[in-house]
Amino acid sequence: MKKFVSALGAITLGASTLGMGSMASAEDLKIGLVVTLSGPPAVLGRQIEDAFNLAVEDMDGKVGGLDTQVIVVDSELKPDVALTRVKGLLERDEVDFVVGTVFSNVLGAIFKPITRSETFLISPNAGPSTLAGKNCNPYFFSTSYQNNQNFEVLGKYAQEQGIRSVFMMVPNYQAGRDAVEGFKKYYTGDITNEVFTPLGHKDFSAEIAQMSTSNAEALFTFMPGGMGVRFVKQFRDSGLADKMKFLSSFTVDEATLPAQKDAALGFFGATTWAPNLDLPQSKAFVASFEKKYGYIPGGFAMQAYDAALLIDSAVRAVGGDMSNKDAVRKALEAADFKSLRGKFSFNNNHFPIQDFYLLRVAQRQDGKYWTEIDTKVFEGYKDSFASECKM
Amino acid sequence: MTTLFLIQLLNGVQYGVLLFLIAAGLTLVFGVVGFINLAHGVQYMIGAYMTFVFQSITGDFFGALLLGMVAALILGLTLEVLVFRHLYERDHLDQVLATFGIILFVNEAAKVIWGPGTLTIAMPEILSGTIQLTDNLLYPVYRIALIGMGVSVALLLYVIVTKTRVGMLIRAGATNASMVSALGVNIHRLFMIVFGFGAMLAGFAGALAAPIFTIEPGMGDDLLIVTFVVIIIGGIGSIRGAFIAALLVGLIDTLGRTLATDVMRLFFDASAANQIGPSLAAMLIYIFMAAILFFRPQGLFPTQEAA
Amino acid sequence: MSGVSTSGSRETFSGKRVDRSLVVGWSIMALLMLTPFLTEFAGGNYVQNIVLKAMILAIAAVSLDLLIGHGGLVSFGHAAFLGLGSYVTGVALHEGVVGAVPIIAMVVIFCGLFAMITGAISLRTSGVYFIMITLAFGQMLFFSLSSLSSYGGDDGLTLWDTPILFGQDDLLRGTGLFYVTLILLVACWLLVWRLSLSRFGRVLRAAKENPQRVSTLGFNIFHIRLIAYVIAGTLAGVAGFLTACQTEFISPSTAAWQNSGNLIIMVVLGGLGTRNGAVLGALFVVFAEEGLSLITHDWRLIFGPVLVLFVLFAKGGIANLLPNSTAGQ
Repeated sequence: MKKFVSALGAITLGASTLGMGSMASAEDLKIGLVVTLSGPPAVLGRQIEDAFNLAVEDMDGKVGGLDTQVIVVDSELKPDVALTRVKGLLERDEVDFVVGTVFSNVLGAIFKPITRSETFLISPNAGPSTLAGKNCNPYFFSTSYQNNQNFEVLGKYAQEQGIRSVFMMVPNYQAGRDAVEGFKKYYTGDITNEVFTPLGHKDFSAEIAQMSTSNAEALFTFMPGGMGVRFVKQFRDSGLADKMKFLSSFTVDEATLPAQKDAALGFFGATTWAPNLDLPQSKAFVASFEKKYGYIPGGFAMQAYDAALLIDSAVRAVGGDMSNKDAVRKALEAADFKSLRGKFSFNNNHFPIQDFYLLRVAQRQDGKYWTEIDTKVFEGYKDSFASECKM
Repeated sequence: MTTLFLIQLLNGVQYGVLLFLIAAGLTLVFGVVGFINLAHGVQYMIGAYMTFVFQSITGDFFGALLLGMVAALILGLTLEVLVFRHLYERDHLDQVLATFGIILFVNEAAKVIWGPGTLTIAMPEILSGTIQLTDNLLYPVYRIALIGMGVSVALLLYVIVTKTRVGMLIRAGATNASMVSALGVNIHRLFMIVFGFGAMLAGFAGALAAPIFTIEPGMGDDLLIVTFVVIIIGGIGSIRGAFIAALLVGLIDTLGRTLATDVMRLFFDASAANQIGPSLAAMLIYIFMAAILFFRPQGLFPTQEAA
Repeated sequence: MSGVSTSGSRETFSGKRVDRSLVVGWSIMALLMLTPFLTEFAGGNYVQNIVLKAMILAIAAVSLDLLIGHGGLVSFGHAAFLGLGSYVTGVALHEGVVGAVPIIAMVVIFCGLFAMITGAISLRTSGVYFIMITLAFGQMLFFSLSSLSSYGGDDGLTLWDTPILFGQDDLLRGTGLFYVTLILLVACWLLVWRLSLSRFGRVLRAAKENPQRVSTLGFNIFHIRLIAYVIAGTLAGVAGFLTACQTEFISPSTAAWQNSGNLIIMVVLGGLGTRNGAVLGALFVVFAEEGLSLITHDWRLIFGPVLVLFVLFAKGGIANLLPNSTAGQ
């Protein structure tokens, strides 16, 4: 029986260690950061983590003038794991803000418990349409965009350029279908193919063969992370790059360019910011980020930094008193901070009203690759789901 | 449309050849040693990563490929000595658990060492061109070379397994290992040879695939499942079965992806077809495997009396 | 060397051994029952929530142990039932059905049917071929769930309602859900225990050891295995229902093959054919995942070698480390 008792002891001890997680510290402001740090998508999670930490450091560890503790948890890109860890943030650490996530499926899993506990949730990236529309919430804010918007930018651009035919290829999941829908919002030309590949797809040779015979003028694609690296490389190797205009979103960005290098040169992307944006605060951010972490920040990093600035502005506005939720919300809604992307204000659904650009991949003088702003496609653009939001 | 179809056939064959290179080792280890090695996908990943490392040092792809294979071989033998050989007599589920632990460790180690991001290798200069197949269709030379190399390895394997003494022992071992042992053959040395060989082949596949499929932590995991599908369809322990099944799976998967949506359009409206088609395409190889097992519960080319 | 054979050394169900396993089982359950009080002092809702998650997985693991430990049928698609159970629950709630009883009835019907159809096909094969064909069906279900665009596709679906049990809407959330789950876990544990002692269970185990002899004795092995498969699938479906209640969210990832593998690991780590093992395995895996991740985000660097060392040096699973083992180590 002795062994058994010790086994029980071990379990109890284990349980109490879990409970003690971070009780030692007594900071005034606690922020939980929920990002994906496992597997290849960790590249994106790391950008958010690094940028957020940089922001806190730039504020001398005092967000909103309060001693701040940032607790980072890994969602592992598994909704159930993320949920368990978020409940830890809420109930064990009693955080004041949760900042997350990278991916929409993880955000969906943690959304209800966070907002129900009346904790403010700020998304530095994921922006599914339901949360911008009918399920918008007083406790949810976004410092990124609604998922469809980047795709709408590309559709609008293709339409304005008079591109007659487009080949579409996206992964077969919800965000992929949002991409198709977003692109079609402004684009009325001919769509030769709509190809859906499996998520995490490796070999694009079959799709590339379809592209070459389609005779489409442009390609519209959305291949985040490693998929984008593989596809861009295979696309370049096939020799198609000279024939088709490459319009993409989340496919050629600062997270993937270190691996894609010159294979992506001249390809187009779309979002709200590029590291060469000509604003003093943005330039300073890019310089100090590169100095500290040794790589170029992408849009993900910018959005995370802005999330920290947003929290800072709100906590300051209420004088550090987090107990009056309505006051904190008002302060957040005011968005009284100097966004890295310039103009920034919140719509009724707590998603930003902001400018969108077409980006082009270029090589910097030091030989590194990044995206540069090509043209401004939308000014003060709002997402299309805000009208469904009753708040 | 016909040229497109031919291209897809070529792509299917290429995927099949790659699958075969991984499946060959897995099916032999499984058939001869009776060991379920989930860590086989790790060998594929290590082959790719080590080729990346050696290429960035030497700058020569083929030299790096060779060194990558050697590194995969060394890792395979190390694992055999440290872990696998202690589990030969154990329950299959213990083997699954231990090799799963190895996957977790090696994948995470790769992430810690090389970072989570996707890495790329440049293709060797002489294979980096494209061939004009039709007016508007280019095909990369490297992919053709990949098919060529894969088929030659398959032939070489076939010769080794059918014509040499080691091959004869391997075939005998796949049918009845204890009998081979009773006949005075050093069965443990045979097991080690099979293991090392399988690890090296998987490493070779990883290195070959790296310039087109890129390198990332856990890259072998999804492929491992497909490889298991291949060896099950082919019949465990059968090289010939693995080859045919690899080609079939490669073709079904590739053609399915391009054709499923079009076929569904015949029955449903466009948006429904876009929903059903891709999901059906993802399921096709599993449906195929279930169907094969329904009619032939031990795969296409059963080697053992009972499973 | 003939396919998958699970070690059959623990076939002696002497009265004494059964008593001890019952004692251990009840001790675990008693400890679980006290968890909400214990966590008042340390850990709070967070730890209670982790224990709840482990208990739900334990139900699925115990049901899988009926197949693996007793039947020698290694199913690599058991998470499909978790996924199906949670989707039936989620879709029903989404469509406005809130009564827990009708929802559970639907879960049982759907999972039972799915088990009956896939089981009837899968059980034509055996050994490793059975592992892979169950994987195939699991994958088919996973891809089907992912394509349900009107229910969120891969993004999954947030459930805004809680099922109502006995007219109460707080029985299936928070501490209420904890006790409902515990009751179901105990019921599941007792059911599998009674089954294993029954004639049915003895035939199932005998068929694992020597199918020819059992069929010569006039038993229809196929039918017995199919019944076991349907029971296990249905129990896992109920665990899926509880998963949906706990997470208030449904996601196709519940049915992914990685999750099926996870369940197998719980059963093997815990010890085959011992229901206590499946429960302990589930607790161990869930706590290790959470606990180690507090130490480092690269926790798999620790967990991987632990699994390997465990297999090499602790034969027979966690349940065998407890003193009631008669397995001869």
